[in-house]
Amino acid sequence: MKDSTENLEIEFQHKIDQGYNIEPKDWMPEKYRKTHIRQISQHAHSEIVGMLPEGNWITRAPTLRRKVALLAKVQDEAGHGLYLYSATETLGISRDELIEQLHAGKAKYSSIFNYPTLTWADIGAIGWLVDGAAIINQVMLTRTSYGPYARAMVRICKEESFHQRQGYEIMLTLCNGTEVQKQMAQDALSRWWWPSLMMFGPTDAESTHTELSMKWKIKRKSNDELRQQFIDNTVPQAGILGITIPDKDLKWNEKTGHYDFGEIDWEEFWNVVKGNGPCNKQRLDARRSAYEKGAWVREAASQYAEKQRNKEFTEAN
Amino acid sequence: MKKEWPIWEVFIRSKNGLEHRHVGSLHAADSKMALENARDVYTRRSEGISIWVVESKHITASNPEKSGELFEPAKDKVYRHPTFYNLPDELKHM
Ligand SMILES: [Fe+2]
Ligand SMILES: [Fe+2]
Repeated sequence: MKDSTENLEIEFQHKIDQGYNIEPKDWMPEKYRKTHIRQISQHAHSEIVGMLPEGNWITRAPTLRRKVALLAKVQDEAGHGLYLYSATETLGISRDELIEQLHAGKAKYSSIFNYPTLTWADIGAIGWLVDGAAIINQVMLTRTSYGPYARAMVRICKEESFHQRQGYEIMLTLCNGTEVQKQMAQDALSRWWWPSLMMFGPTDAESTHTELSMKWKIKRKSNDELRQQFIDNTVPQAGILGITIPDKDLKWNEKTGHYDFGEIDWEEFWNVVKGNGPCNKQRLDARRSAYEKGAWVREAASQYAEKQRNKEFTEAN
Repeated sequence: MKKEWPIWEVFIRSKNGLEHRHVGSLHAADSKMALENARDVYTRRSEGISIWVVESKHITASNPEKSGELFEPAKDKVYRHPTFYNLPDELKHM
């Protein structure tokens, strides 16, 4: 006799409640699979698209030391994309389909990468704030219920901490430099602060996925909790740099033991999500063009591999 | 032509004396490219001294839905464990 779906679902939830991971060939509700395909591939796309704003500065890095560090960081992000695409593929979707969804504008990626990198200080601010925010989210995800996703996160988290440190070091150097350099750092913080807070997604009251995400242990902390953690971590770091976070309502709350902060402009957030940010079009165009220009390389490699296989076969016979 | 490169599973030995461990997967046109890509992606920080790659389709996996029948026979054989045997406390080196 075969178990009914309802029984399977109860058993599945029980496994999750007990703290077991779900592995690719295990039974899972269709919605669990779909949610993961969406979330992990979004995460993968973010790593890949995230290379573009930083790649913009590799050839213009001010010193060789900065250049090798930035190059290594961007290379890591490509690796992160790969780990995450691989994790998504364990759920029964092909890499081609995933890339196709991104290029057709059907898949989302983190909105933060739709902002431009105008000065070198932006590279500092991205490492410090954007990677900083990503780390908070990713550390939580090392304990997510889907095994391949959790394992990818462990690997990614090991690599991330250098990203944030190299960014902060850039900021520190600028802040200890000339007045103009310090001004550049301030300007970068002013532009990246609010979009960084938006990286954690809508408030818990507005978020549609939170309840199910918690029940299935996809997430273990809510958007607002993670955002608060980021703010609490970051405010003293800005203090060390001696630059000002652009929020007049930001202040320490003795009672809660957290920083209070001002209203986030959610209209801006949704506008960028919907595709109207400063660089949405530029980012997707860059991805598509890289993919199309690489097509002949992929095809040639396939042909060559095929030829080698035939040769081995003939020699063996 | 629209054909995806096959998927390869990557196994890495972190140092001599340890076994190769599964670390992840990647796409590559052939085994040489799979090795090179594995080197670039999975050993950027000296995580390994030896890499194995195998095309995923060559792996035969047990079915988790059948794991009951598959692993059950080992469960009631407690006599395979040393603690099954009752011996006096004063007995040493055993
Ligand atoms: Fe990353
Ligand atoms: Fe990063």
